[in-house]
Order: sequence, then C-alpha cells, then structure tokens
Amino acid sequence: MPSASYTREIPQRYRLEAGKCSSCGKIYYPPRLVCVCGGRDFETVALSDTGKVVTYTIIRVGPSDFVEEVPYGLGIVEVDGGVRLMAQLVDVPLDDIKTGMPVRLEFRKIYQEGEAGIICYGHKAVPA
Amino acid sequence: MAGIVGWGCHMPRHRVKVEEIAKVWGADAQAYKKGLNVQEKSVPAPDTDTITLSVTAARRAVARAGVDPAAIGACYVGSESHPYAVKPSGTTVAEVLGATPECRCADFEFACKAGTEAMTVALRLVDAGEVTYALGIGADTSQGAPGDALEYTASAGAAAFLMGADNLVAECEHTYSYMTDTADFWRREYQYYPQHAGRFTGEPAYFKHVLGCAKGILDKAGLKPEDFAYCVFHQPNGKFPATVAKKLGFKKEQWEQGLLCPLLGNTYSGSSPMGLTAILDVVKPGDRILHVSYGSGAGSDGFVFRCTDRIAEVQKLAPQTRELLEGERFYLQYGEYAKFRGKIIMNVKGA
Repeated sequence: MPSASYTREIPQRYRLEAGKCSSCGKIYYPPRLVCVCGGRDFETVALSDTGKVVTYTIIRVGPSDFVEEVPYGLGIVEVDGGVRLMAQLVDVPLDDIKTGMPVRLEFRKIYQEGEAGIICYGHKAVPA
Repeated sequence: MAGIVGWGCHMPRHRVKVEEIAKVWGADAQAYKKGLNVQEKSVPAPDTDTITLSVTAARRAVARAGVDPAAIGACYVGSESHPYAVKPSGTTVAEVLGATPECRCADFEFACKAGTEAMTVALRLVDAGEVTYALGIGADTSQGAPGDALEYTASAGAAAFLMGADNLVAECEHTYSYMTDTADFWRREYQYYPQHAGRFTGEPAYFKHVLGCAKGILDKAGLKPEDFAYCVFHQPNGKFPATVAKKLGFKKEQWEQGLLCPLLGNTYSGSSPMGLTAILDVVKPGDRILHVSYGSGAGSDGFVFRCTDRIAEVQKLAPQTRELLEGERFYLQYGEYAKFRGKIIMNVKGA
C-alpha cells in the first residue's frame, strides 16, 4: 500500500513545493537531494500555479487507475518561473488543447487506492 | 465583532440541463423548470469532490485576504458529501493552504446548513481570541436519487470565508440560529441517496425555519428589510428563496444577485454561502447583507454583515462567482452525467 509514500510527498503534491539549490539556484520539482552542481542544500520554494502548455499528447489507452477517464490530455506545463512538470489537461475539449495554451494548476483527485483505500490528490491543468 | 477578511467560490464547469434529465424519466421538463425555477445544474467531474472544491474556494479566500496562511488557526468544512466517512476534509484543505500544523480542524454536518455552522464557529473562535484567522467552508457534491425530484437540482460547489478581527471586508454585526427536530430530509448510514418527505419539506420545514431565523435576527438587530442592500437565503430551488424574500418584505433588487440556483442547482452546504459570495463580489462599502441558511433536520443560521471600505479593493483579486456561473460550461448528456456521478454499476477492477 503506497499510502505512506503518498503522505511523504504531500508538500510537493499539495503545495507545489520545489527545491531550489542554494549553490546554483536551479529549481527541482519534485525536490531532490543532490543538485547537478553537487550542492546538497536546498531552499523550499512554491511554484507558481499558472503557466503554459509546452507539449502534450492524448491518452486513449490509459493505465489501470485512469481507464475510465480516456481519452484525456496529458501535457508538460511550464509554470511561470520556468519549471516544467507533467499534468493532466482537463476542463477543455481535446481539440482545443494547443501548445502555448495558458493554464492554471487546479487541485483535483488524481487516483484512489481502490474503493476502500485513500484518495490521492494533486494538481491538474485547466485553461487559465 | 469579527468578520470576513476574504471570500472565495468555486464550482464545476460541467452542467446538465433539466431537459436532459427529464427526457430519461419521461417527465415534463417545462413543468420542472417552471415549478422549481431551475434551468440547469453543475455536475462534479470524477476528479472533483468536496475537498477539491473547498481547496480552490479557500485559496481564493486567502488571495483576497492577503494573509499568511500559516496564521490560519482553524479550518472547518461543512458538507454532507465529505469524501471520507472517517478522515476529515479539513486536514487536506489546511495542508494545501499551508495552515498546518498549528490549526484546529473538524468536519461539520447538518444537511445544507453545515457550512454556515462552520462559518459561525470560525467567527466565534476569532471573537474569543483563540485564533487570528479561521476558515469556514460550505461545500457539497450533493446526490439525488435517479428519477427523484432532487435529481433536477442536486449539484456541486463551494464557498469559503476567512474570518478575522482586523482588515475586514465585512463585519459580522449579528448572528442568530433557529432549530428544531424536524424530519424533512435524511440519509441513513450506508444509504447512497437521501430520502425526503415531499411537500412536508416546504411549510413545516424550509419556510418555518428560514422565516423564523430571518425574523429572529431582524428583531435582535433592530433592523428592517429596507436597512439591507442585499439578502440571500438557502436555495433548494429557485422559488423558495424568492418566496421567503417577498414574505419578509424584500424587493427583487435585494435578492436576485445572490440567487444562483436557476443556473447552478442546489449545492446544499454551499448554497446560501455561494449566494453570499456573489453578493460580496458587487457590494459597496457600508452596505448591509442578510444571510440565512437552511439545513434539513432542521435549522437555519442567520448573519448580518456590514461591508467596509476595504471590500472594493479585493473584489477583483479572485474569480467572481457570476463569472464562474455564466462562463464557459460543458453540457453533459445523461449517460455522461450518470458516469460522472458514479451511477453506473461497474465490474470490480481485477476481478
């Protein structure tokens, strides 16, 4: 049961908290322990919740937790400040999804651990 | 007295029209539209629940308040559709905002007035000096049994109010509650859909309590309808709140801004609180607002708010309620609606 690992990831899943290397300033999302520059000290910074779609695909055969959602958009979103992350693209007709489309990250259910398990939340991208 | 320092609203973009539901059940859509004064209702997508709606509404409330979320000392969510039977909705909301760990939290339930009870407790904790800021949220993804009259109105949405003692946008001048044991609407443990007592939900339930609460708070405050710029009442349909407003002597221009039900449906715990957000979006400094909720079982909470000069500075700092209500919407067919609301029996995964 992955509940424990999910709980440990709450800061990044819920508050979009990233790690900013104290040596070179590179920002990692999700946070990591060692920077490419070798630095190990990171400052916690919250990502912007607005950005744009850099690229995307349409998922028509989804993994087991997402089969009831197909077809759905899945994109790389560059948030204001330059950090990129992957997110589902929702509340938008599939034909309207475009690269460069302004989006906002909105808190949503991502999946659940079966009918009796915990509900796992995070962010999806919606048109800004 | 304490009051509101920030407010926020959120609702799904998906909608279903009364005609779409009526054609499945062979019902007369025009009769429902006229009888209930409802055209369409919001529908939560499968990735939307009371927690996600509450989070977005609360983020908007904090944005308008402009305060450090770490100073929020209490987070109360009122709903009858908490995603968990055991595990609070409020812990997730507080965690997303960054209000943990020094934060009080419990979920509230009282049919459709759980949200206003959460607001009252949040106000009183601030008044008592226990916390600097407290969140009171009303949110629901309400259920109505297929084919039941409730199916035409049961919808989804959330309103969040950050209460504080300083930097107010609206001071709470008075509160009042009116409550009896009245079995007009209920859902027993393990039952999926609520039951209701048909026409008994009108005069002995909704009207008795809403009118009793409204008259009680007006007497307590020594105020008359003409002392208010706006009023908002619980909206199980589009007709009941207008009838109450007229009986009390309010004019259409006082109640129509807060009446969202014709395009939104009944968001249960979010209902009158969301109407209040629509009023706060347009109200002017010095204006008074009367807010009366209703929850089956049964009771009403009343509030008299008076807006401050600061309100005009924050109205545009987050999306406004009528923009969300009348903005881009995606209309569902009944089959899609049934899938979204989990009304289709599926095979168990892996079986």
